Amino acid sequence: MKLNYRIVIFALAIVFGVAFSIPSLFQTQEGKKVTLGLDLQGGLHMLLGVKTDEATKSRIKSIAASIKHFAERKDILIDALSFNATTVSFEILDNDDLKAMQDFLSKIDGAKVSLNGLKISLSLTPKEIIKTKKQSVDQAIETIRNRLDQFGLSEPVVARQGKEKILVELAGIKTQAEEQRARKLISRAAKLEMMAVDEARNARVSTMSDADAAEYGDIILPDIKDANHKYLIHEIPILDGGMLTNAAVGFDKNNRPLITFTLNAEGADIFGDFTGKNVGKRLAIVLDGKVYSAPNINERIGGGSGQISGNYTVMEAKDLAIALRSGALLAPIYLMEKRSVGPSLGADSIKASMIALIGGFVLVIIFMVFYYRLAGLIANIALIANLFLLLAVMSLFGATLTLPGMAGIVLTVGMAVDANVIISERIRELIYEGKSMHKAIEDGYANAMSAILDANITTLIASVVLYVYGTGAIKGFAITMSIGILASMLTAILGTHGIYQMLEEKIKRSKNHKLWFGIKG
Amino acid sequence: MEFFKYTKTFNFMGKSKFAMAFSIALMLASYAVLMTKGLNYGVDFAGGTIVQVKYDTTAPIKAMRDKLKENPLFKDASITEFGSPDEVIIRMKTSTGSVTKDVGDVTRAALKGTGNFKVRRVDIVGPKVGSELKEKGIMSLLLAILGILIYVAFRFEWRFAVASIVALVHDVSIASGAIALVGLDVNLDVLAALLTLLGYSLNDTIIVFDRIREGIVKSKNVVLDEIINESITRTLARTTLTSLTTFFVVFTLFMFGGEIIHAFAFTLLIGIIVGTYSSIFVASPILLWFGFDVKNYHVKLAEKAKREAEKKRMREQYESGVM
Repeated sequence: MKLNYRIVIFALAIVFGVAFSIPSLFQTQEGKKVTLGLDLQGGLHMLLGVKTDEATKSRIKSIAASIKHFAERKDILIDALSFNATTVSFEILDNDDLKAMQDFLSKIDGAKVSLNGLKISLSLTPKEIIKTKKQSVDQAIETIRNRLDQFGLSEPVVARQGKEKILVELAGIKTQAEEQRARKLISRAAKLEMMAVDEARNARVSTMSDADAAEYGDIILPDIKDANHKYLIHEIPILDGGMLTNAAVGFDKNNRPLITFTLNAEGADIFGDFTGKNVGKRLAIVLDGKVYSAPNINERIGGGSGQISGNYTVMEAKDLAIALRSGALLAPIYLMEKRSVGPSLGADSIKASMIALIGGFVLVIIFMVFYYRLAGLIANIALIANLFLLLAVMSLFGATLTLPGMAGIVLTVGMAVDANVIISERIRELIYEGKSMHKAIEDGYANAMSAILDANITTLIASVVLYVYGTGAIKGFAITMSIGILASMLTAILGTHGIYQMLEEKIKRSKNHKLWFGIKG
Repeated sequence: MEFFKYTKTFNFMGKSKFAMAFSIALMLASYAVLMTKGLNYGVDFAGGTIVQVKYDTTAPIKAMRDKLKENPLFKDASITEFGSPDEVIIRMKTSTGSVTKDVGDVTRAALKGTGNFKVRRVDIVGPKVGSELKEKGIMSLLLAILGILIYVAFRFEWRFAVASIVALVHDVSIASGAIALVGLDVNLDVLAALLTLLGYSLNDTIIVFDRIREGIVKSKNVVLDEIINESITRTLARTTLTSLTTFFVVFTLFMFGGEIIHAFAFTLLIGIIVGTYSSIFVASPILLWFGFDVKNYHVKLAEKAKREAEKKRMREQYESGVM
């Protein structure tokens, strides 16, 4: 027996493979492990779209609100303030105020102001619209991530996919209730608005249609507790949740949960101004298009804090506070794709694929020994080493093992012995041709090399394409296939070559071709 | 043990006409099935919703149908058994865009009173994602074929590349025909299986081609079909063996891998058989029919060798300082 560089590398590879597969195999506390895909451990995968048009609309709406507030503060009389998807328009009544208003408007970013007499219209520039849309996606990702971080799941994935899509992956969702909670938390707009009730017309709200309300610049919103109870409310809000600095769960005197919130300085100012001017009227606290409460304003409220009472459980209040703290979604999101797998199905899939893996593995191993005898045994050593290497590399990179990935491993078992089949056939041929054992082994490897390389490279090409164009679980298949092929080059070609070189003298002495290569002669 | 002896060369090319007729018939039959029955696109590509429900006992499919009928959401829902009698899949062509309102919850409520069950899987694919996945899928098939074509043309010769692509098209066509025939749901996993089949079938073809190239270069023989026959015979043991081991594992996957991996395993199972056959009986004869000129190739090789020898001589001269 003689040591050679090949056998040393092979031995090192085996040590590496075994050492780094241990954490995954035995699920130890320490060490890097393979991550199980959602299809194997159960979980929720969602692809969300963002309704970016709504983001520009709400941008316009908040510009309208700030124009209104500015005019009231400076006692500028304006009329016919209205807005649509991309434009705010209004009229100034006194020519002397035009300059001040124009100064104010020029400070608004990305807006184009056009003047027609005293009629002013302001619209967002195309560049600004694109920017706003992009921001709304960025902000949605950030917001959803914030919310999920506070939700208490380990390692939620929130990532951009493509231009306007958001990928959300939640592993380890165990129950239906948990999934519901997560979905609600993610999709909640959490848009808090303080709005003024149109006291002059509110009495007639039950007879009004949305179109009627729009004529007065109002909207009709339902009460949270009783959807039949409607309010007529000025569409342009006094302020919105963007000026919120904190939200937390508190309790009222009956020990029912409520949300307390604090506004920033600007918000507190606006809030104080409004309440001071509107004593005796009602202020509607609107969350996501529903009126939570509409208390009477008894006096000017400074300090900028308030509370939202509603009929919620402590858990709901907690989630709502999280949503408010992490900010509103600038644009609503919608579901483009959802895949949820229960943990029991994942466990079944693991079991089934393990049975297939072990079954296939045993069949191949028996067959190889049956057909090639000791040469088959050597090939089997390479195959086992290959599996360890595959697992080790996946663990080190923290790669995700999915159900198709398991199928990829099973397939690797079948295909990795291919190189050894090719080599063994070449060696047999050379033995038949009467070559010496040394020559048969060395030439066998040399002759087989180009075929093995070409075959592996073409399979790699297909795997890489699959990785680039595949999504989700399918990527897992491409990963295991690719790593399996690369590992097999090390184990099946280099490793077995080293073993043969080490055993060469022994094979020569034994002269037993049947034992070593399964052939007579 | 040995399946084949190398002493006797089989006359594969002599039978290539029959094989061609068989292949063409099989391909035409596949296209006929694809045209009439068509591929049954699953939710991944067509969009829609599937809900997998598992009962403690045999699933009461009839009672489920009656219950689901009451909700308009399940108007065109189909219910089929999935792998075992206690597990069913509800399929709908529609998909909801709401994040909070969930089909799983709706199903759970609708099926109340039909027994003890669990909703184990809910897949919703919106129409936009579906068509995107389809686009990407077709792109990936084409790109894989193109990449392989370029590689084989680079490593061998363009005639080899074209012959291997014809074999690939043959394999994918027949596998798709088989998928359509049994009415499998075509989802991403089936696409992955088709791509794997591309790689696998090409594997086989390349091993044979590599041997043919070796035969062309080494032997004095200039009769191509004899070279091909000998090369195929010499690789026959390998082809059979590798196909067998791969077949073993895919078969265990098909039998025991679970229902979700079924379509994937089926596609590969067909693919392995067709792929092995095509490398011998489709790719090689095409090479023959392209009229690959062995004599000419020998001349080219000799020229190349001469050029390289010349280069080497020049370099040696240069290094020894003559020039």
